[in-house]
Amino acid sequence: MIVAQKKPIEEIIDEIKGFKRILIAGCNECVTVCEAGGKKEVQVLASALRMYFMNNGVEMTIDEITLERQCDHEYLEELRDRIDQYDAVLSLACGAGVQFLAEKYRTTPVFPGVNTSFIGVTEQRGIWSERCQGCGQCILGQTAGICPISRCAKRLLNGPCGGSTKGKCEIDKELDCAWQLIIDRLKELGRLEDYEKIIPVKDWSTERAGGPRKITREDVII
Amino acid sequence: MRIQYPGNIRIIRVPCTGKVDLIHILRAFEKGADGVYLVGCLEGDCRFDSGNLRAKARVRQAADILERIGIGGERVRMFNLSSGEGPRFAEFATEMTEAIRALGPNPIKAARKAA
Amino acid sequence: MKTKTSSRLEKVLSEGHLAVTSECGPPRGSDPEAILKKAEMIRDHVDAINITDNQTSVTRLCSLAACIHLKKMGVEPVLQMVTRDRNRIALQSDILGAASFDINNILCLSGDHQQFGDNPMGQNVFDLDSIQLIQMVRLMRDEGKFLGGDDISRPPGMFTGAAANPFADPFEIRVPRLAKKIAAGAEFIQTQCIYNLDRFEEWMKQACDRGLHEKAYILAGLTPFKSAGMAKYMKNRVPGMDVPEEVVKRMGDTPKEKQPEEGIRICIESIQRLKEVKGVSGFHIMAIEWEEKVPEIVEQGGLYPRPGREDKD
Repeated sequence: MIVAQKKPIEEIIDEIKGFKRILIAGCNECVTVCEAGGKKEVQVLASALRMYFMNNGVEMTIDEITLERQCDHEYLEELRDRIDQYDAVLSLACGAGVQFLAEKYRTTPVFPGVNTSFIGVTEQRGIWSERCQGCGQCILGQTAGICPISRCAKRLLNGPCGGSTKGKCEIDKELDCAWQLIIDRLKELGRLEDYEKIIPVKDWSTERAGGPRKITREDVII
Repeated sequence: MRIQYPGNIRIIRVPCTGKVDLIHILRAFEKGADGVYLVGCLEGDCRFDSGNLRAKARVRQAADILERIGIGGERVRMFNLSSGEGPRFAEFATEMTEAIRALGPNPIKAARKAA
Repeated sequence: MKTKTSSRLEKVLSEGHLAVTSECGPPRGSDPEAILKKAEMIRDHVDAINITDNQTSVTRLCSLAACIHLKKMGVEPVLQMVTRDRNRIALQSDILGAASFDINNILCLSGDHQQFGDNPMGQNVFDLDSIQLIQMVRLMRDEGKFLGGDDISRPPGMFTGAAANPFADPFEIRVPRLAKKIAAGAEFIQTQCIYNLDRFEEWMKQACDRGLHEKAYILAGLTPFKSAGMAKYMKNRVPGMDVPEEVVKRMGDTPKEKQPEEGIRICIESIQRLKEVKGVSGFHIMAIEWEEKVPEIVEQGGLYPRPGREDKD
């Protein structure tokens, strides 16, 4: 899922301080799972902000809502009737949700409450790690199910580099060397000889480098 | 045991301190509480395995938030004891009351009045 | 073996001599004087000099420019090129730039992560990795084509090399990785510096069993210890380095003022031993900030004079 982190409250205070009526909008999906922007986080943030502004003699109304998602029109429509009551929205959705909300409600300023980081997995509660960079041309079949683009700090397709030490990356002793993982997995699969296959130069045009991406499925558009 | 302890404490009983969520702590302060403390089982002895450890983590989170917004992180604390330790319960109550008195009232109350 | 380029390094190797290369780091400024001085000190004792490319991601005068300076003074450079900082357009462009000055040796590397250098907040590129770079250089030279498929007018004549570390992790792919680089097109290999000669010989044996020594020239890397402290540091603090305990002890047992001499002696003994190892085609002597010792090492190692010096300009 998309993994995000709460913005420091000081930064959020700075974003919204000029306004009088704020709606904090959470999201029930990815940001709930990584405990950054779900219903509970909305409640806690709203309470903390109310106390802060009250304590500083500033009158501010801070309301709460958690939408199912903010990346689909239907769910954002739920705000249609009430959004004009607010002079700003603080969205705790990922970057996609914040933007979609802003696109839909063009005359209401929208501010992000989380820092969206990566596509990843829950290793355990409280620990999320990156797994996918959305390169658009998945090669996981060639690399024993481990992605060198998202898990190698140098996205080497024919690694490891000389800095791999005891299975860890040269930039961080806690970070697994993706190529060590690939080699170990190839061994487990009895395919270590595949290591010598050279993965050719990548076509990065389907990745960010090629420009903002869009997928159109003619077959499902009504 | 009928041991005396300060009368300014509002006790809310929960089956386990693990039942207390972060928002409960914050709402108490939002409504004007000067201090909040949780009293749970000794670590390692939680009746429900690790509820008291969750509570400890939430108390820490609350303290961090309260500090950042200017209310004061020392106003929230966690205490641990075993159910047989009646006198300690009273001690905690006294300790917390004195600590909060020293910090003064929750600044929200004054801000509220001024508003 | 017939040569494919006008590289002097390739010529020396193809004639069956043991080659000698060394390494210099460019300055952190625009004055080339330091590099010219270092090159001048060692020019008669080596066949070619590697110029590092923003090593450890510390911004320096670029390898390409330093190589041009060397070329102008009649010294044969080896252009080190990392893929960390340049996309495929820049890589090809710089290769053509080098070739326009008839720089004809290239060492293809990935490069240290930018976190280690003076710009940890910068982007990195890694459009290609070192193995893909090797393939690309060979494509440009042997087929005269750009990566995009168009023809190159006056293709670059680069003698193509790569680095290898017999001691790095993971150990089970040390020889497969060497094989992979050679399969990609590496014609010469410079290894990381060697202190564990037994282990190196074992790696060489496995390489030779696969016939790799006949497909590429392998140059053994050596770095003399300046002090016992340096030996200990390299043993404990530098990843991918294997310094046997006896070597550290030997340095440690030497009185302080004699340690540099002992370090040089160990280096020379290594040369004597490795000369006899099947598949070793030469030596890559890395004496960073101690370049003045290279002539002594080369001479005492029995590698002086360098072959074919009469035809130097």
